[in-house]
Amino acid sequence: MTQTKFSAANRFRRTVVNHLASGLAVLSTILVVAPLIAIFIYLLYKGASSLNLAFFTQAPKPVGESGGGMANAILGSGILLIIGSLLGVPIGIAAGIFLAEYGRGSKLANIVRFTADVLNGVPSIVMGIAIYSLIVLPQKHFSALSGGIALGIMMIPTITRTTEEMLLMVPHAVREAALGLGVPTWRAVLSITLRTASPGVITGCMLAFARVAGETAPLLFTAFGNNFWSANLNEPIAALPLQIYVYALSPYDEWHRLAWAGSLVLIVLIVVSVSLVRYVTTRGVLKGAS
Amino acid sequence: MNFKIQDVRVPAPSDAPLHASPDALSVALPAGSGEPSAIRKFLLGRGSSAMADKGFGWLMLLCAFSIFGIVALIATELILRSQMTISKFGLKFFFDSAWDPVNGNFGALPFVYGTLMSSLVALVIAVPLAVGVSIFITEMCPGFLRGPLSFLTELLAAIPSVVYGLWAVFILVPLLREHVDPILMRVLGWSGLFVAPDFGVHMLSAGVILSIMILPIISSLTREVMTSVPHSQREAVLALGATRWEMIRMGVLRNARIGIVGSIILGLGRALGETIAVTMVIGNNPQIVKNLLAPGYSMASVIANEFSEASDDMYRSALIEIGLALFIVTIIVNALARILVWAVTRGAPARVA
Repeated sequence: MTQTKFSAANRFRRTVVNHLASGLAVLSTILVVAPLIAIFIYLLYKGASSLNLAFFTQAPKPVGESGGGMANAILGSGILLIIGSLLGVPIGIAAGIFLAEYGRGSKLANIVRFTADVLNGVPSIVMGIAIYSLIVLPQKHFSALSGGIALGIMMIPTITRTTEEMLLMVPHAVREAALGLGVPTWRAVLSITLRTASPGVITGCMLAFARVAGETAPLLFTAFGNNFWSANLNEPIAALPLQIYVYALSPYDEWHRLAWAGSLVLIVLIVVSVSLVRYVTTRGVLKGAS
Repeated sequence: MNFKIQDVRVPAPSDAPLHASPDALSVALPAGSGEPSAIRKFLLGRGSSAMADKGFGWLMLLCAFSIFGIVALIATELILRSQMTISKFGLKFFFDSAWDPVNGNFGALPFVYGTLMSSLVALVIAVPLAVGVSIFITEMCPGFLRGPLSFLTELLAAIPSVVYGLWAVFILVPLLREHVDPILMRVLGWSGLFVAPDFGVHMLSAGVILSIMILPIISSLTREVMTSVPHSQREAVLALGATRWEMIRMGVLRNARIGIVGSIILGLGRALGETIAVTMVIGNNPQIVKNLLAPGYSMASVIANEFSEASDDMYRSALIEIGLALFIVTIIVNALARILVWAVTRGAPARVA
């Protein structure tokens, strides 16, 4: 790419500017990667040293007592995420199917896609107060169910867009072959197109899952948090990010320790799913299927 | 993507043959073909009714429409629940700086200021870095580094905001207070932007953590836009004898500039609505001062901090109105950004100005 065979009077100046710009680009890359590495090193250093079996098996101890864990928060996050997925995954995939298979290129599909993108950008705290006034206020109490619904709604736009993208990667010949055999459209979509794209669709769901797993803001006024074991959908429930948030702002070292450990658990979950997504989209699992 | 597939598609007058129902197909079969084959029988036996087909189509459409439904639901809920303050204070709500829940006086100006200021700081830091990274990854980077680097920046986008907040509280804030702020006060103290006293939790630390959080969004979209600039543009500029930087500036950045602006606006949208990390480091003090080293407050953080304490309806209504404002602003900002990015990546003719 570097063809500087050129004979102008200001050639020297241009070469200097060229190198300067290249240097700045490299520098900014380093500056961007540095905080990421710093965050990871601190998480590993602080989190790994405070991660133990008790973290996964015990509920928090009262202030002043050492030990304890976040087991109830892990359970709570699990329940919230299950509710969220039950709501978000089917609707998200269905909307994605509509975009890729039925509405492709139509004006309606463009508007839906656009709305999904915009919904994706709505701040999570706004989602939190919307669900609060929709569910919590009429019911007059915080509940796990409302938290799960908030998370589910936040999953929809991500899943819709990844499903659409993955379905678009399926070659047209596959669809035509199925339809040519006389398979009805709905079956062709479900068991041929969607199946071909399933590794991608599943990882898209995992990505959305991982994103909402770390969401705190929508849970503040819906799931609310709970220091005790609870699996009741009608009661406030603990969640890992909420617990980290509360513990990080507390004045106790013991709680800070737990917050780091909790963050490490969250990050591991997220890194694994992001890597999976990347593996599927770049290694061409889909291409192999066609 | 869309574009390619449409190219490959058989130039049929409509999609009719592709999406025809099985009944239409069997009618189309030659009359003398007799019994359908075993495969066809099997397939027809498994849900070939036109009803199922129609129903499925409608179901998918319904799910797609639910996205509209969600946006409409959020909007109506927020508008209804903030009716009290909207009717009492009107537009003055956003230009009044008195925030006094005890006496029922509500003005959101300090929060609006805090949100705008922290986002501005974030953009000032993040934009040059993001463009630099995108240039490095798309134009200069050796092949073996490209994958890991874009993976790393993607990872930055996936870290939850509470983890950023935790890191900021324990690492970034002390770092800024001990090492960066004194230098800023000495060198730029005259500007009035960096004045003691310094508590560590202030507008600047919120801006820095925001910039780290929006960097991946800006850089991934900028990268996408830059990759979509046709190679012929680069080659043409290089053929005229340009250096690599001149090629990037004239061939790439100039063609991609609308998309880059779009990605910056998208980053702004994210910064405006970011809640948890900002709440943890901004200092939570509703005041309007020029000093970046003074604690501030943002729209999202006031909701996060005070919503569960809001006992009376007026207080809650005021907070929901702030949420409504946030909702409207982010929708406008996001829509604008999407339109800009879409205009570029969709293959609109690159104009050389």
